[in-house]
Amino acid sequence: MSRTVTDVICPFCGTLCDDIEVVVSDDGKELHEVYNACAIGAEKFLHSQAKDRITRPRMRQEDGSWKEITYDEAIDYTARMLVNAKKPLMYGWSSTNCEAQAIGSEIGELVGAVVDNTATVCHGTSLIAVQDIGIPSCTLGEVKNRADRILFWGCNPAHAHPRHMSRYSIFPRGFFTGKGHTGRKVIVVDPRRTDTAKIADIHLQVEQGRDYELFDAFRVAFKGEHLPDVVAGIPKEKIYEAAETLKSGRFAIIFFGMGVTQSLGKNHNIDAAIAVTRDLNEYTKAAIMPMRGHYNVTGSGQVWGWLFGFPYAVDLSRGFARYNPGDTTANDLLRRDEVDAVLVIASDPGAHFPFSSVKKIYDLPSVAIDPHETPTTEVCRVHVPVAFVGIEVGGCAYRMDNVPIETRKVVEPPEGMMTDEEFLGRVLARIKELQGV
Amino acid sequence: MAEYLIKNGFVFDPVLGIKGDVVDIAIKDGKIVETTEVKDPKVIDAAGKTVMAGGVDIHAHVAGPKVNVGRNFRPEDKLFTYKPRSGVERMQGGFSVPTTIRTGYNYARMGYTTVMEAAMPPLYARHTHEEIRDTPILDQGAYPVFGNNWFVLEYLKNHEIENTAAYVAWLLRATKGYAVKVVNPGGTEAWGWGLNCENVHDPVPYFDITPAQIVKGLIEANEYLGLPHSMHIHANNLGNPGNYTTTLDTFRLSEGIKPRSKFGRDQVMHHTHVQFHSYGGDSWGNFESKAPEVIDYVNSHDNITIDLGAVTLDETTTMTADGPFEHHLTELNHLKWANTDVELETGSGVVPYVYSPNIKVCAIQWCIGLELALLAKDPMRVFLSTDHPNAGPFTRYPRIMKWLMSEEARRQQIDSFKHRDKVIEATNLAGIDRELDLYEIAQMTRAGPAKALGLSQIYGGLAPGLDADVAVYDFNPSEPYAPDDIEKAFSSAEHLFKTGVQVIRDREIVSNGNKRTLWVNAKVNENPQVMRDVREKFLRYYTVTLNNYEVSGHHYIPNPYVIEVDATQ
Ligand code: SF4
Ligand SMILES: [Zn+2]
Repeated sequence: MSRTVTDVICPFCGTLCDDIEVVVSDDGKELHEVYNACAIGAEKFLHSQAKDRITRPRMRQEDGSWKEITYDEAIDYTARMLVNAKKPLMYGWSSTNCEAQAIGSEIGELVGAVVDNTATVCHGTSLIAVQDIGIPSCTLGEVKNRADRILFWGCNPAHAHPRHMSRYSIFPRGFFTGKGHTGRKVIVVDPRRTDTAKIADIHLQVEQGRDYELFDAFRVAFKGEHLPDVVAGIPKEKIYEAAETLKSGRFAIIFFGMGVTQSLGKNHNIDAAIAVTRDLNEYTKAAIMPMRGHYNVTGSGQVWGWLFGFPYAVDLSRGFARYNPGDTTANDLLRRDEVDAVLVIASDPGAHFPFSSVKKIYDLPSVAIDPHETPTTEVCRVHVPVAFVGIEVGGCAYRMDNVPIETRKVVEPPEGMMTDEEFLGRVLARIKELQGV
Repeated sequence: MAEYLIKNGFVFDPVLGIKGDVVDIAIKDGKIVETTEVKDPKVIDAAGKTVMAGGVDIHAHVAGPKVNVGRNFRPEDKLFTYKPRSGVERMQGGFSVPTTIRTGYNYARMGYTTVMEAAMPPLYARHTHEEIRDTPILDQGAYPVFGNNWFVLEYLKNHEIENTAAYVAWLLRATKGYAVKVVNPGGTEAWGWGLNCENVHDPVPYFDITPAQIVKGLIEANEYLGLPHSMHIHANNLGNPGNYTTTLDTFRLSEGIKPRSKFGRDQVMHHTHVQFHSYGGDSWGNFESKAPEVIDYVNSHDNITIDLGAVTLDETTTMTADGPFEHHLTELNHLKWANTDVELETGSGVVPYVYSPNIKVCAIQWCIGLELALLAKDPMRVFLSTDHPNAGPFTRYPRIMKWLMSEEARRQQIDSFKHRDKVIEATNLAGIDRELDLYEIAQMTRAGPAKALGLSQIYGGLAPGLDADVAVYDFNPSEPYAPDDIEKAFSSAEHLFKTGVQVIRDREIVSNGNKRTLWVNAKVNENPQVMRDVREKFLRYYTVTLNNYEVSGHHYIPNPYVIEVDATQ
């Protein structure tokens, strides 16, 4: 027999869909089916059911083989590693809950770590831009209920956030948007003809790396000022047309992704994007929102915000919080050999960092906390498998619009497995013992 | 729990009517008790010192999404402010928007023990509670905002008070909220379209209702429920020259309404940060104080309470659910602007601001905040606040006390203004010689706000039976003092007790206390229509499902203090 759990939150991407239905066995031990989720979301749920899942901590031996160890041993190793390090790096935090993030923050405080999250390789530039110029934004429901002009810039939700368009941005019928898709004009700025671009009313195929110029051109066009014939590979008529489309709407929203945050210009692109949004507010209502990737990368920025005052790249090594991206960011520290131990949790730098950084992690005392086997767990000395947050344990996560939602536990983790929160809680207690505080 | 006896201090307590007499205060089991009830207490020698109940802040922005935007988008607010972890104290930093840890400690250092977060967007209630959880020592509650909420607008359009009340009760429970907050009624919804409502009769776009109807309706719903606190409002037209007429129009909406609450308050409207709402003139050129007109109304109507929103002449971070106002502000000062509109509920904005003593308008604003306090007839209805961090950070409360208690301190400040003469001409402060005493300060910072919050059964005084929240300050009121001595002494309590736990000893924080979250659970008769409306709106317009909306779970509110209200009769 089985039963259906409703209102489940998908712990995969920043869309944080909360209408998932999951069919589980009566005893709550097995997960059978996932409804409403997109393909990548469903895959995450089903993945927790892998029969060959690693369920106990393990330590890499001299010869490269793995030896199973107990959680107690893993806790002791982690605590000692952090206490003995002069400047440990505690990286990741994007696929776990805020409760674990809060405990991890206190650990970082005690051992003088640098804490950094995956924003460092995706929307960190957006966070810097917000510090420069602010950000007029809104919740996704405002988009659903009011927005009639949708601009996707350097992002491809059709693939990266598959339900974003149907839940919030293009297709839904909201209170003032009863016509759904037909009442909205969609503009996509992307050098490639992506699947998102294919459904747009206007596709501006910006020349690779010329986003900043195009943002500026929009600001000029809003004011009806003179543009050169072609900007960033786009004929001026098309820019005027797109600018007029935005201005003539009742509520415009700009969504942007790694195509602008990680291309030439970086945070300056986002400065310009936000300036475009500010300018639009002179004519109509406009908002802008980053398409955050991991389901709770936003949450770690929030937790560090209220505890330390900075959303990522927080250096606690001197006993107080310092923040200087480019200096206190994970890759920069690794490349400069400035950290002497690495704890990775809820993310996979092994798959996303440059090879030179990954090699540094391999050479250092290191612990990876992750339910999966990943490239990262393979280069760390200790791998601590944990329960899946949002599937086997609940806890708070923040959607891309910063709305916090409580994720749900739907199945039991394999017998005897710890959660991130429990594991870090035990490490914290052990550190206090070791430090005598 | 340890017993304490605080001996020989000069006690100021409006609840007992003690005006500086030497009285011993005894603490047992977390409560104030008669001195005869303690057997073997630890003795605190308070001879030559001032003893008061723990401070109660009725209005501050200390936890939640817009506060965190303020932190995360202003690295410059952190310069030179960090303090490393030591002893029980965790790492802390920030000036106008301190970290949660610093917020708890800095309030405690001023002898405050209870602080209300003044604007919680319901959809972000979890965030607000997570920050409250991570704020040490203080008891806290949060006010969800109602003045632009679609349910409320639609019910009140048809004057459905009972339905509004049922919805209010439901939302307080769902968000674990404390009171009915209203910010720029109708105007923030209008801001969803880039518009605003500037006076109480401006129609709200689409919803066919006016701010006046919203305010009056919410007062009535609040009294229908008999909530501990009254409707708590930040009115329309904040911050604009000439807005005092809107303020008076808003006040008048309370006329003829009597409180229906078992919690001991006498007001039906608390109007917050009135400094921002007491402006005359019709431009920044002829901007002037209308504090006397505004406070005259308050003085002669006892169903209203206010707080000051006093300007402290600092660089700070403004933040409010008044979305259009923050847009207006960024157009004025061209500094960075953050805005978040929240589906079906509210909006908000954040903009840094510098109140420079060299700018005439800022100096006039400074005068207005103090005038309101000094012209107040009943300090039990006029409370000290800076609308932290809007008019200045809460850490300046002792400085405001100095200004209120010393004409000399005020004169020094006025003399230092670049536009001294123009400021004097546009205001009344230079002509006011009143100096408040510590009893009046205790009314404005303890007994008064506790009563207005409906919490006088636990906070605000030193009567036996109340919670043992007690502050001892190194200030001898019987000896001559310089104005700065006031600021110094009240910035750094020598001892502080929170529900019987000593959290500050000899000016040092020695405990993170046992903080509680206050929320109001109002029981109403079953209301199928409201529940059907809620289900329908969630299905069609919200982006989270109804079942994922309520704040539940021990990790958000580990130590709740629930105030039960029965409105089923
Ligand atoms: S869009 Fe994102 S959150 Fe929604 S189901 Fe797909 S992966 Fe999960
Ligand atoms: Zn306020």
